Amino acid sequence: MAATGDQEHGLGRRTFLGYVLAASTLTVAAQLGEAAGAPSRASAAVPSPPEPAELYDLNDLLTDATLPTANLISIQVHSDGTASFALPRAEVGQGVTTSSAMLIAEELDLPLDRIRVSLADARPELLFNQLTGGSNTTISTYTPIRVAAAVARGRLLEAAADQLNAPVAQLTTEAGVVHGPGGATVGYGELAEKAASLTTVGVPVTLKAPSRFTVIGTPRGRIDALEAVTGRKQFAMDVTVPDALPAMVCRPPTVNGTVRSVANLAAVRAMPGITDVVTVSSGVAVRGRTFGQCIDAVRALEVAWGPGTEEGASEADVLAELHRAELPLVVPPLPLLTKAVDLRFTFHFASNSALEPNCAVADVRADRAEIWAALKSPIVAQETIAADLGLPASAVTVHVTQGGGSFGRKLFFDAAREAAEVSRAMGRPVRLMWHRTDDFRQGRTHPMSISRVRATYSLGQVLSCEQRHTSVGTDFSHGVGEVITALAAKLPVGNLGFSETIFELTQQTPYAFGVTTQLLAEVDRGFNTGSMRNIYSPNVRCAQELVVDALAEGMGEDPYRFRRRFLKDDRARAVLDEAATTGSWGRSMPAGTAQGIALHPEYHGFVAVLAEIDCRPQTTGRQIPDAYTGPRVTKVVCAVDVGLAVNPRGLEAQMMGGIMDGIAVALSSGLHLEDGHFLEGSWDDYFYTRQWNTPPELRIIVMPPTTGEPGGAGELAVAGAMAAVACAYGRATGTVPTTFPLNHGGPLGFEPLPTVPPVPASPTDGLSRAY
Amino acid sequence: MPRHTFVLNGAPVTVDVESDVRLLWVLRDVLGVTGPKYGCGLGVCQACTSHINGRAFNPCCVPVGDLQPTDEVTTIEGLPATVGKDLHPMQQAWLDNDVAQCGYCQPGQIMAAVAKVRQARDAGHAITDLDDAVFDEIRNICRCGTYHRIREAIVAAAGEF
Ligand code: FES
Ligand code: FES
Repeated sequence: MAATGDQEHGLGRRTFLGYVLAASTLTVAAQLGEAAGAPSRASAAVPSPPEPAELYDLNDLLTDATLPTANLISIQVHSDGTASFALPRAEVGQGVTTSSAMLIAEELDLPLDRIRVSLADARPELLFNQLTGGSNTTISTYTPIRVAAAVARGRLLEAAADQLNAPVAQLTTEAGVVHGPGGATVGYGELAEKAASLTTVGVPVTLKAPSRFTVIGTPRGRIDALEAVTGRKQFAMDVTVPDALPAMVCRPPTVNGTVRSVANLAAVRAMPGITDVVTVSSGVAVRGRTFGQCIDAVRALEVAWGPGTEEGASEADVLAELHRAELPLVVPPLPLLTKAVDLRFTFHFASNSALEPNCAVADVRADRAEIWAALKSPIVAQETIAADLGLPASAVTVHVTQGGGSFGRKLFFDAAREAAEVSRAMGRPVRLMWHRTDDFRQGRTHPMSISRVRATYSLGQVLSCEQRHTSVGTDFSHGVGEVITALAAKLPVGNLGFSETIFELTQQTPYAFGVTTQLLAEVDRGFNTGSMRNIYSPNVRCAQELVVDALAEGMGEDPYRFRRRFLKDDRARAVLDEAATTGSWGRSMPAGTAQGIALHPEYHGFVAVLAEIDCRPQTTGRQIPDAYTGPRVTKVVCAVDVGLAVNPRGLEAQMMGGIMDGIAVALSSGLHLEDGHFLEGSWDDYFYTRQWNTPPELRIIVMPPTTGEPGGAGELAVAGAMAAVACAYGRATGTVPTTFPLNHGGPLGFEPLPTVPPVPASPTDGLSRAY
Repeated sequence: MPRHTFVLNGAPVTVDVESDVRLLWVLRDVLGVTGPKYGCGLGVCQACTSHINGRAFNPCCVPVGDLQPTDEVTTIEGLPATVGKDLHPMQQAWLDNDVAQCGYCQPGQIMAAVAKVRQARDAGHAITDLDDAVFDEIRNICRCGTYHRIREAIVAAAGEF
């Protein structure tokens, strides 16, 4: 749709400040974060990070933060008529490059296929503004990207006015072309240099009214889809760096074990293809011509291992400690006639391993280092690696590559840090990758936790709902997203205090349940932990929703209508109604099958999920080789309201992925801890959802815009889906499930791989299994 | 060092490498063909799935020494040429259904899907709807959970080649 220059300045709309930067081609910018609407705050206080001194030289950062160009994101318009933008975020599959391109397309009136979005290298001046987490990319970049694009369009119009000799008011823009009176036209490419500025200037702009959106809110395919389906999409291990040969680490048999000695270093160094073998802090690193030869070398190493940080630990030990640490409830003993639901749930360790394992390329020289990896916190990575190497941060270049999934893993930079250490020790560049088995056993886990929920009710009202969540500590040393940090900044942030703060800020009870308290207690252990497509919500909210079902049953009400009655928010009620109606809530189903329904609020959004499950023996007993079949989720209906869906097709994709995760964490995907190590070592041990677990019927309904501001999407559906599946299971079997994943207590569904050598040999029978 | 010759994406290649190195590493580390991905090296995740003489297989489980000079290996990079187009209909269906998220598993998914459709067709079994038992035989992991769109794309492309 064409837009005239004049209409942009509608009455009463907010004015934002953007910049035209001094450059030879049109380069525009805006401040990242909420500052776009309040330009004078460029030098406002830096949000308090957790224990900043450990990771940063805060003075340096404060100096950087006050530079006039700090916190800017910028867009360039080129003479070939394209625009480019380096997004200071990670793309790990969540679709933020596509949604960012859509924002530019909207305000700039440029077709989507002429916008290139790349991922920015680590930019220390962005502070916490370069962290991809808490599903907040779209929330935090929605306005700044549009402001910059609007500035660009304004400059192009001015340049066109000059060239076409017509006032801006008589010009319109459409698909990368400025139209003037009498059919005169000029393309953006032709104007790109003319519209550039010799000096950096601030430009006030107003943004397009939502009623005139033609791109935002319309379903679009991903801009990197062609690269993905042709195999051309480049991940960290596909990047060509001269002499960066494959490298792998021989890891200990127990969590964080240590190297005492290596008996056969020389013999392993002499193996075919192997160039280097060195001991590093995490194990013994090998480098060779191919990863296959590295695997052989890792298997050949004879290492005497010292104890790890969880030597001898078992699940029973951790569980007992969690029970000891649980905080007491505060609601006093019940008056007469008041009834209570009191349930305690156990959530086992789970793996946030992506399909792309931990990996990074590192080229460390005496005076500088260069790193390539998919990183959600590249600045922290850069600062930490620089400190490890004894180099100034400015001597460490960190390139952010496309990521093969994250789910919490890529908030950390374990492989990048290790690759830097290995490269320095060997004095050569390395392409370091973790073996899959290591990725499960030594990689980060979502911590084990218990959740006790007690709710009391009387005379048709819920009087109280108390939840005590007790968890092995979650590592937040990567820092947190700016939304949370900004809120947390006013609060004291010791380590435990920080987790509690995050818990407080992210957990909500969507129901009016009287006196409601939710408290977190953590126990410190020696595990490598992290969030997993959300920090606490899937477990916390699953526990709550199961209690909601129990309350409804106790009070003789239908689970859907009960929720509806107690929901606090109209947007929540709307998604619940939508899921119930579209999913035919209450339809009659055979014994052993049932529906479950659940609601989840988070990230300025609401999701409702209706799941149908089949727990009949003919289904749970399905035979598929080396697979966990078990109860089958046969249908899922999901209604989602994120305020404004920038790309509804991308939002549907995020819901679909979140639902698959929710099914996995409810039913099948957990880690077994035994004698200081995790048993799972392959995707046929760790039962993430597979085709045979996928619901044959899936409906996702994206609600029309409500708030007009985008909310987060990447993690929203996991909690709703997990809870709905658990509730459906409870209703199908008549037993409230209290241990997750549900299959955890059953017989182990696989033969654990040995721990020494730490990785299995690759099979050799591939040809006989061709199909 | 032993020499091994095979046909890769339509052209003969010869590599000098130990015979027991699995083909995945010969493709990725020696020849720089990076479409096939590593996800396990165990024949489990199927991220490396490619074709040998038109059938799907896991190059992570095949020593390069097992290949004959006449063996035709096709990776995702060579798939379009097998139908003489810029994109195989399965790839087009993937685009039409916007299947990929992170994309890491997708070369393997597409190569598996093409072989699965052919195999089902040869067995006189048409893939026409989403709850077909054929899907239970597709073992490829997608940790982003794109399974549903994969099903839709396979059904859409099944009649197109
Ligand atoms: S890498 Fe070949 S099957 Fe997983
Ligand atoms: S798209 Fe990410 S693993 Fe499949």
